[in-house]
Amino acid sequence: MDSTSETGIKIALAIRSVAAWLVALLLFFPILFMLLTSFKTELQAIAVPSIWVFAPTLDNYAHVQERSDYLLYAENSFITSVVSTIVGLLIAAPAAYSMAFFPSKRTKGILMWMLSTKMMPAVGALVPVYVLCQSAHLLDTRFALVVVFMLSNLPLMVWMLYSHFKDIPPEILEAARMDGASLLTEFRHVILPLAMGGIASTGLLCLVLAWNEAFWSLNLTAANAGTLAALIASYSSPEGLFWSKLSAASVLAIAPIVVFGWFSQKQLVQGLTFGAVK
Amino acid sequence: MLLAPAVGSLFLWMIVPLAMTLYFSVIRYNLMEPGAHAFVGLENFRYFVTDPSFGTAILNTLLLLGSVILITVVLGILIALLVNEPFPGQGIVRVLLISPFFVMPTVNALLWKHMMMNPIYGVLAQVWRAVGLTPIDWLSDWPLLSVIIMVAWQWLPFAILIFITSLQGMNREQLEAARMDGATWLQQFRFLVLPHLARSIAVVVMIEMIFLLSVFAEISTTTAGGPGDASTNIAYLIFKQALLGFDVGVASACALFAVLLANVAAAFLIRLVGKNMDR
Repeated sequence: MDSTSETGIKIALAIRSVAAWLVALLLFFPILFMLLTSFKTELQAIAVPSIWVFAPTLDNYAHVQERSDYLLYAENSFITSVVSTIVGLLIAAPAAYSMAFFPSKRTKGILMWMLSTKMMPAVGALVPVYVLCQSAHLLDTRFALVVVFMLSNLPLMVWMLYSHFKDIPPEILEAARMDGASLLTEFRHVILPLAMGGIASTGLLCLVLAWNEAFWSLNLTAANAGTLAALIASYSSPEGLFWSKLSAASVLAIAPIVVFGWFSQKQLVQGLTFGAVK
Repeated sequence: MLLAPAVGSLFLWMIVPLAMTLYFSVIRYNLMEPGAHAFVGLENFRYFVTDPSFGTAILNTLLLLGSVILITVVLGILIALLVNEPFPGQGIVRVLLISPFFVMPTVNALLWKHMMMNPIYGVLAQVWRAVGLTPIDWLSDWPLLSVIIMVAWQWLPFAILIFITSLQGMNREQLEAARMDGATWLQQFRFLVLPHLARSIAVVVMIEMIFLLSVFAEISTTTAGGPGDASTNIAYLIFKQALLGFDVGVASACALFAVLLANVAAAFLIRLVGKNMDR
């Protein structure tokens, strides 16, 4: 009898594993298909039924680099997302700190108000921001993108940091203060080590969001400060008909952040839960 | 004092565009007619409220928001339950599942538009033919549904991951005890799992709401809001008015409405999340 229930459990596990793998492959399929297409010739790419075994070619990747300077766009993406994240953290951390440890009646209101600015469609601010950038001669500069990315991620940053700081028991801070720790020492030696995971995950998420941001980079940049998101949009048509070149460009645009995401997914999820999931 | 930089810069970020938008919304401001900035009062508001596109856009915005949240929460919970217990290759499955979340919206849109949904060469068309159906011309016949599929594909991984994290914090002994007492799978789910997930569902709904109210790239790179207004949401309507119609005045009036919508949503969220987040 023992052995039958054991085989029953084994069968159940097998069914579950197969189902899980199927679901995962189904969700991943579009990315896999794009990756394969990027190594096909244009003719192979649109073959019906799709070809699964073929001699891979690197022509498409060469074409992407030839058509537009991939490295320049990648550099723009990298610099704007990293700088905007760092500056954002520097501004958000003190705000989150004061709201988490010295809450007032208005704290909750301020937090909600910050979040509501994030819900406003960016298009609503497009014309004014465009006009302002134009008159300040900031159109098509990385500076403008950094500022805009930073500001649009700031509410999320404050929120996430706030919920992580709240997890720190106030007693620890009081003890530090009793020992005569200054604000800066307190921040560096007590809060920073305790909330490092939270700060890291906040930064990671904002990095991903800034990297993938399309709206502002499409509308505020051109050849000089364009990010990878803007580069891809330029492939939408008529080159969209050339599947393998489009795929190669897309793979190049998402590869850095997807690989980065794979390595940091655990950290990222912890931060995203806003301290609500325990 | 420490709050000042964040609150100050956010305040400027909001108030300056808002003030300019307010000003633009009551003047006649068409990029095709430079120099003509006459005060027209509420004319712009009257124009867009009576515009038939406006109602469609609101409806589409809410449909998109509602269905994506529903799809991601329901499928997210089911998939999270499926992959929660250890099985061979769990790590790889997780990596595969999260990947779509990192794909940038423009790539997502082009990938689906061309390689998945193309009515002749697309993968979906091949699947449809394989089972003997006529392939669907997704973007022309089901434009809003197509956009919903793309956006849901992007956000499902996010929901799955949050739910997995939450499930891992569940009290196993409690589940064990319920099983001993003869609780069915459905009862366990209804009375133990679901209440445990309540907070993370609130988080998923909140974050998705923030991002889905202003879906833009997926629409502009695939259907361009069409055919007609079939897949135009508020964000895209404003864009159409301002940059394709060159009418900054009307676009600004519409943007003000969008701000209002955002605030209504925020008020709703305060109730929803406020309850769940109070500790």
